[in-house]
Amino acid sequence: MATLDSKIPEGHLFEKWSNYKAHQKLVNPANKRKLDVIVVGSGLAGASAAASLGELGFNVKCFCYQDSPRRAHSIAAQGGINAAKNYQNDGDSVYRLFYDTIKGGDYRAREANVYRLAEVSNNIIDQCVAQGVPFARDYGGLLANRSFGGAQVSRTFYAKGQTGQQLLLGAYSALSRQIGKGTVKMYTRTEMMDIVIVDGKCRGIVTRNLITGEIEAHFGHAVILATGGYGNVFFLSTNAMGSNGSAAWKAYKKGAYFANPCYVQIHPTCIPVHGEFQSKLTLMSESLRNDGRIWAPKKEEDAQAIREGKKKASDIPEEDRDFYLERRYPAFGNLVPRDVASRAAKERCDHGFGVENGGAVFLDFKYAIERLGKDVVEARYGNLFQMYEKITNDNPYETPMKIYPAIHYTMGGIWVDYELQTTIPGLFAAGEANFSDHGANRLGASALMQGLADGYFVIPYTVQNYLADELHTPRMDTNSGEFAKVKADVQAHIDELMNIKGTESVDSIHKRLGHIMWEHVGMGRTKEGLQEGIKQIQELRAEFWKNVRIPGNANELNVELEKANRVADFLELGELIARDALHREESCGGHFREEYQTEEGEALRQDDKFAYVGAWEYKGKDVEPELHKEELKFEFVELKQRNYK
Amino acid sequence: MEVQNLDLTLKVWRQKGPKEQGHFETYSLKGISPNSSFLEMMDVLNEQLINEGKEPVAFDHDCREGICGMCSMYINGEAHGPDDHVTTCQLHMRKFKNGDTITVEPWRSAGFPVIKDLIVDRSAYDKIMQAGGFVSVNTGGVPDGNAIPIPKPDADEAMDAASCIGCGACVATCKNGSAMLFVSAKVSQLALLPQGKVEAARRAKAMVAKMDELGFGNCTNTGACEAQCPKGVSITNIARLNREFLCAKFQD
Amino acid sequence: MSNPCLLSSSIGKKFLMSITGLFFVLFVAFHATMNAVHIFSPEDYNAICKFLGANWYALVGTGIIALGFIIHIVYATILTIQNRKARGTDRYDSEVRPASVEWASKNMFALGVIIILGLGLHLYMFWAKMQLAEIAGFVDEIAGPADGSAFIFYWFSKPWVVVAYTIWLTALWFHLTHGFWSAFQTMGWNNKTWMPRLKCLSDVLATIICLAFEAVVIAAFCMA
Repeated sequence: MATLDSKIPEGHLFEKWSNYKAHQKLVNPANKRKLDVIVVGSGLAGASAAASLGELGFNVKCFCYQDSPRRAHSIAAQGGINAAKNYQNDGDSVYRLFYDTIKGGDYRAREANVYRLAEVSNNIIDQCVAQGVPFARDYGGLLANRSFGGAQVSRTFYAKGQTGQQLLLGAYSALSRQIGKGTVKMYTRTEMMDIVIVDGKCRGIVTRNLITGEIEAHFGHAVILATGGYGNVFFLSTNAMGSNGSAAWKAYKKGAYFANPCYVQIHPTCIPVHGEFQSKLTLMSESLRNDGRIWAPKKEEDAQAIREGKKKASDIPEEDRDFYLERRYPAFGNLVPRDVASRAAKERCDHGFGVENGGAVFLDFKYAIERLGKDVVEARYGNLFQMYEKITNDNPYETPMKIYPAIHYTMGGIWVDYELQTTIPGLFAAGEANFSDHGANRLGASALMQGLADGYFVIPYTVQNYLADELHTPRMDTNSGEFAKVKADVQAHIDELMNIKGTESVDSIHKRLGHIMWEHVGMGRTKEGLQEGIKQIQELRAEFWKNVRIPGNANELNVELEKANRVADFLELGELIARDALHREESCGGHFREEYQTEEGEALRQDDKFAYVGAWEYKGKDVEPELHKEELKFEFVELKQRNYK
Repeated sequence: MEVQNLDLTLKVWRQKGPKEQGHFETYSLKGISPNSSFLEMMDVLNEQLINEGKEPVAFDHDCREGICGMCSMYINGEAHGPDDHVTTCQLHMRKFKNGDTITVEPWRSAGFPVIKDLIVDRSAYDKIMQAGGFVSVNTGGVPDGNAIPIPKPDADEAMDAASCIGCGACVATCKNGSAMLFVSAKVSQLALLPQGKVEAARRAKAMVAKMDELGFGNCTNTGACEAQCPKGVSITNIARLNREFLCAKFQD
Repeated sequence: MSNPCLLSSSIGKKFLMSITGLFFVLFVAFHATMNAVHIFSPEDYNAICKFLGANWYALVGTGIIALGFIIHIVYATILTIQNRKARGTDRYDSEVRPASVEWASKNMFALGVIIILGLGLHLYMFWAKMQLAEIAGFVDEIAGPADGSAFIFYWFSKPWVVVAYTIWLTALWFHLTHGFWSAFQTMGWNNKTWMPRLKCLSDVLATIICLAFEAVVIAAFCMA
């Protein structure tokens, strides 16, 4: 078994990153333009990495499947971005942000990476302000903060309910500047199909032009994958329709290890599923739980009456409402972390207390309006209420919102070392695509922080350390050798898909995969359920390759072919998630095994057996993947059971 | 509460490629839930077409929560259809009645050529941004975020301008195919903030020059862009762009 | 970046449209005030006509007005052609005008054409027989160059002229309601606070000017 070298630098936790930067190799300015770097993805991590590398003088190529780099799904993040500025003088510090993140991740993240994340968080805010990101400000003209779950300080910076949009547009503007200068060449509507490995190092990628269908190869001295998470394995999620795990999956099949795939975050406050044609789920910001109270009917007959439309929420008297979060977790109440709140909602619905087809609970603002007045509530949440009303046609000022948990974020991803390099030399992974910083559960407002930390402040250093040894590698001919071979493989893969000519649409198979995943690999997992899930996924995969129907041709814009490519990978990735979940016989963060819970139904970790990163190595088609373990050493924090009671 | 499902007739623009002649196709759809979104209705149509062995309608979409700016349909004569302050993905079918005929067209503007069916090429927006829609700072070496206080009203106004999602509805709906609302939103956002003010004159000139070069029309202040903008970006930003541009030009 | 001249840019061209447009607003405001005198006293009106006549200052004024007019028309044509090109060759099958969009704003060029046609008629009926006649030194069969009142009574006794002028003035009203605030917007003198004020001012100004003109026409028709 190959050992996983996480390459954590020497020294005290506080000094590791400084030590690394002080001793790393650099490339002189004249040589930088001789080196090509490929960045796949243009979200927060990708755009910021491409822009920063371009500014340094490297010759960058950036790829995205959307029509513009401004569209990546980072744009949809609402709440905010964390940073340890301590502007509020409320006792925040780099260490505290580090500690909260480790604890929030249920002690399954690497200390050194998380500390570096907390360390550079402050630089991110400065950088974004300098770019013209219009963060919210107080009347004195200084930056405002709000609080978020899992922290006792106010450290979240925000721009209305559109923080992700503003940060992405900031990175996009930096990227645009470099494209204008010619240091970055942007390829839009281009999807990565595979990576190219030459003599053990990643040397480029093969892409498909989504308009013409052309298969092209691109050379790079290094390749950075910033391709986001794989939540869409579940079909219904808060991810964008095009979000996919294919880039990560292709890297995995070429030898990059895939870490902790079972750590999937389920967000408790989403608008519930309304019907079979639903295409995606919409998140309602975590901030709503500051003032909204979550409840379900206490009596099963009330829940049934509401489901049948015989009663309304307002007909249920106070004493018949079960504020189950406040009941179970009096200390944190409605503000327990995401995984805890999600499981509690599922528990109520599973026992027959759900409303709206049985898959929803109430998030009620009646009490906040009584306490604060409608104006205050409107000022705080007006835009979210409006969005809710547009989607559901219910007015949340008058009737409680209906909410249910939904797949939101994937903590797992490509295994990377301290330098964010994968097990394939020259291949790096940044942002949600890697596994590195959130352990088994991510805290609110930390995804934006990690994406930008990786792109602006980590990748530009660590990639340079790698490239310093690549000066003498000439640019390779992308029409011959390994490049031509991978191109031919990709073409064969597409031809195979096009030639199935079956009867089922890609979406209908994807939906069925989603059902299997949600049913067996969702919020509450069991050994039997996971085994059953694996079996069903394998069957569905076989059916896909026999019976999928892709109309049109491969040499033109073909949306069904794009989807088929992605779903083909989801059908394999789904199985790996289930396998990882099956092997991890403990409950931690987003991974809840029903066999491993406390008497009160809380997650029960098994630190003696599972305090490691589970990194999977691909061994070939229909061969069981091999598990490698990276032991997690906690030198600076003490492992504790999380308690929110 | 049971609601009646909708039976609809769809008149959809089909066009094989940029240089091909386009035409309308008429489809009938049955049993659409009024609670589904417009794009979910389009998904149902596509599923139906695939099952009939036909090619599905190609349309742009991604986040489906009204923020990425990818979806772009002209529905019954309005950009993003008959609801205020929403994108097509947030438009819901309850805005339509049983038996309605719905006309669905792509953005039509010389600046946004059709690629296929309802998909258009909006890369011109990126080119305008590359001409000057940024603050020229490199990563690192910037002052502390609180080094320069910014009056809250300015920050708020900059945020309102910055809420533009770059969907192209303004160009699509403008009788002149003008991109002024888009350009002015970015110019305003950055001109309002001290960080962006430094190169405001240069930015306004560069972005307007690129916009003109790319063949967008001239603003005649009809305000159609503001009325159809899913984010309600105000045309007073255009006044600010004009001011920034003219002041910059008079100083040359 | 090259630095092309102001007028090669879209905003520069519209700036010129705004300047010339606002100049006309001033001109028609003055013209309407002068005309209104006729309702109360044809004699005083004639005195004004005589004062302006073919003097150098009036001629210079006329020249500037004519030049401004030509610039306004030429640039309106250039911009309209560019705009139609920018719109593309494919037209929408269905289009809805949002409630907040003024009808006038979408039809400024068509309104402008009506105004030019009306102007041609107006120049033939009055200016050619007054200022031009004075310069050229001939006397029209209707009346002498300084007897504006006589022309007014002569023409506005004919119902078709009254109708034609009413159409013309209506077009002018629409053109002004959009043109006035729009000029300020184009020159950058607008913001959220002033937008409704300027729009209101546009309506008030256009209404006063057009009513003043129309009142002279109606009064002359009734008196004749």
